[in-house]
Amino acid sequence: MNAPLKTADLRASERFQMTAHQDGIAKGETLLAVENVSLSFGGVKAITNISFDIRKGEIRAIIGPNGAGKTSMLNVINGFYHPQEGTITYRGEKRSQMRSTDAARQGIARTFQNIALFKGMSTLDNIMTGRITLQKRNIFWQALWHGPAMKEDLEHREAVEHIIDFLEIQHIRKTPVGRLPYGLQKRVELGRALAAEPALLLLDEPMAGMNLEEKEDMSRFILDVNDQFGTTIALIEHDMGVVMDISDRVVVLDYGRKIGDGPPDEVSQNQDVIDAYLGVSHD
Amino acid sequence: MTQNHASLDTFPKYLLLNAKRFATRPAMRHKDLGIWQSWTWAEQLDEVRALALGLQAMGVRAGDKIAIVGSNRPRLYWSFAAAQSLQAVPVPVYADAVAEEMAYVLDHAGVRFAIVQDQEQVDKILSFREKIPALEQVIYDEPRGLRDYDHEHMHAFEAVQGLGRARLKEDPALGQAWEAGINGASGDDISIILYTSGTTGRSKGVMLKAVSAVRAAQDTVAFDRLSERDEVLAYLPLAWVGDHYLNYAQGYVSGFCMSCPESPETVSQDLKEIGPSFYFAPPRVFEGLLTSVMIRMEDAGALKKRLFHHFIDVAKQHGEALLEGRNVPFSGRLNYWLGNLFVYGPLKNTLGFSNIRVAYTAGEAIGPDLFSFFRSLGINLKQLYGQTEAFLYVTCQEDKDVRADAVGPAAPNVDIRIADDGEVQFRSPGMFSGYFKEEEKTTETMTPDGYVKTGDAGFFDKDGQLKIIDRAKDVGRLTTGALFAPKFIENSLKFFPNIKEAVAFGDGRDKVGVFLNIDLTAVGNWAERNNISYASYQELAGHPKVYEMMAEHVAETNRKLSEVEMMAGAQISRFLVLHKELDADDGELTRTQKVRRSFIAERYADLIEALYDGSSEKYVETEVTYEDGRKGSIRATVQIRDARTFPVPAGAMHKEAAE
Repeated sequence: MNAPLKTADLRASERFQMTAHQDGIAKGETLLAVENVSLSFGGVKAITNISFDIRKGEIRAIIGPNGAGKTSMLNVINGFYHPQEGTITYRGEKRSQMRSTDAARQGIARTFQNIALFKGMSTLDNIMTGRITLQKRNIFWQALWHGPAMKEDLEHREAVEHIIDFLEIQHIRKTPVGRLPYGLQKRVELGRALAAEPALLLLDEPMAGMNLEEKEDMSRFILDVNDQFGTTIALIEHDMGVVMDISDRVVVLDYGRKIGDGPPDEVSQNQDVIDAYLGVSHD
Repeated sequence: MTQNHASLDTFPKYLLLNAKRFATRPAMRHKDLGIWQSWTWAEQLDEVRALALGLQAMGVRAGDKIAIVGSNRPRLYWSFAAAQSLQAVPVPVYADAVAEEMAYVLDHAGVRFAIVQDQEQVDKILSFREKIPALEQVIYDEPRGLRDYDHEHMHAFEAVQGLGRARLKEDPALGQAWEAGINGASGDDISIILYTSGTTGRSKGVMLKAVSAVRAAQDTVAFDRLSERDEVLAYLPLAWVGDHYLNYAQGYVSGFCMSCPESPETVSQDLKEIGPSFYFAPPRVFEGLLTSVMIRMEDAGALKKRLFHHFIDVAKQHGEALLEGRNVPFSGRLNYWLGNLFVYGPLKNTLGFSNIRVAYTAGEAIGPDLFSFFRSLGINLKQLYGQTEAFLYVTCQEDKDVRADAVGPAAPNVDIRIADDGEVQFRSPGMFSGYFKEEEKTTETMTPDGYVKTGDAGFFDKDGQLKIIDRAKDVGRLTTGALFAPKFIENSLKFFPNIKEAVAFGDGRDKVGVFLNIDLTAVGNWAERNNISYASYQELAGHPKVYEMMAEHVAETNRKLSEVEMMAGAQISRFLVLHKELDADDGELTRTQKVRRSFIAERYADLIEALYDGSSEKYVETEVTYEDGRKGSIRATVQIRDARTFPVPAGAMHKEAAE
């Protein structure tokens, strides 16, 4: 009696798809490779000879104690710091010197450990700023705001509305972000990063300072982003429970060196990691 | 508008009619991606038809039970009509019900299909899948997060509608057959099963016949002159009789447009954008609005504050008289007109009340000041008294005969009588046909001559309006012989904005003791203005200054009680402020936010003991349930205080002595 329903129908409603990550790299292949990278500031070595890769479509966690070089690593990936040694290969192309804006144009977006939003602007406007690298019309057309620029603006607005819907922040659409509680600001920041339709999303401690419920919400959003848009995610996080639950692979840093790399359960059994960071086994 | 649609005895029949008579008028709106989307009655018919034909292909048959779980979404409302068009029975379930509650209802109703909003509800259902063997298929509205789920028994709403549309395209005769099915259906079929909120134990499934539901709605639509030009915002829980009656039933009968909010959090903004002409809210919503208005006025500039208070005084003086069309001197009218220009108009606009023609409140007693405040702004706020068993209306007030302390005369075509023990009993067109699978409970609730026992104690006052005192079984006596009506005491306390909840004890005891819950918004704001710092709800609740404030409120309540002859003997003698907020997740409140007194009495037995043994503080540990179902506990030392009481008037003493 039951008529068969096609799976294709089931996905018809997922209208909004991100475009930037259609780059010919298949899921599971290397999207970004870090090879023998070292970074120092004057005499201080922040990162020493680190190599790891990020595969397309995975959630990759970077963990380590305070000062292990996690944020430096993230800054190297998005082109803010320039390593003295080593190479970074992104989408099969080796890169050396670049600016952060280049990274943004190449589809790398990030959030910050300390929220970096425009506090006086509304949620909507903040997320709209994430579209800036995707705007094609020049400032003349933007200022005129008619014809092609208006059409483009409407398209951007629609994309942003999909993100607002996705992150369930409709009720704060017009609220200045400075008035929002911390957990929601974090969500807006994620929204802004998503607005750039990134191929690689870098999250710097997305759950720092959150309560349990907010952490659960954020974990769900991260998993949903990865699942629905196929976005590759690299995240730094202190909460081990979260890391073990949501990430596919974990790289562990300590004093700027890599001491572990692999799936969460494997890493958590690694004696070096336990000694350096976990202290005690969580089992 | 006279209703001469005697042949219309089901909602799907109204759907067909409305698609003809109001084809191009809006039937439904929903804000999606920041834009209000509309469906006309003709389009609504298409949507319902597509869903119904899809469901039919999936095996839905007459008499099947279909659970509907989620917030107010067009698709879920279409599910009601689609189910009814196939003579299946929709069974809405509270979206915030925890898994066990939902499992009980789904199993008891024997649902074969469930139409749910999102992953959250799907997860809940999957968590108790083995307890509901009858359930075959789950249909979900939002696909997010469900991609990797096993889709053998799960379908997207769009896919089901797509299936229906494909069938219709292949064989247009199916559409006619579907309509013929609707026209051939009998009004004696069950239209819906509404599960009660369970104030007293397990919830019961109230069965309503289609013809009763339609007749009841026809009466009130005529009473309040609702038409296709009215607008409502559907924000009440889907599973509650109020939503199904006020929005769905009245909407189908009158043809008005129902708007669904963007999300449960955006209701206040959506209200402002829609500007409904018919509105319902329980007293606590009005209370919350008044509190937030007052708090914001406290923070306003001096000029605005003076303007506000001046014109609110003007409104207090003349507003209700103007609303009721009574005589008001010219200067009063002029002042009120100015007030409307400067204060009431903008205020109503901010609240989304600009277009309200008829507004109702019900569910609990409303404070007279609160009630007058909204009426004096020119909002036609009235009271009704109702029950799920009546399909809502038992009494309702006429536009020109509105009062805060009574709930009005019998609604059209409703018979009410007061039994010897004071219990209110009624017979009405919308009366239920029984509790699902619970014959003996149905018999218990009905009198032999066909009246429904409401379980509420009340009386008609000299104007012919019904006054409800309390649940009949809750009205007790102190050992001194004085009448003890806990709800009456609790309501008097709750009229203070600083008190969110109160629970009174005293039946069979020598005196009255109460638990209080502070209102975090009001008391928090007060604390801020008075430089009182606190780190948590618990700390604020136990603050000595807060206790002082509560003591004043309790004393004021006692003074009021002493003035009411029947209640004067049961004044509050001791009280405490609870260290945690009473919460439905912990079972302390029902899902409609009513206190479950006996459950609370059991849970806080230690505190009650302390209320009566004279001790001044008590250490307690309380288990709490978080939203995700995990449990934790909070510890506190709760203070207990004596309250000031007032002398009982001589008359009351005399009466007690006589008894």
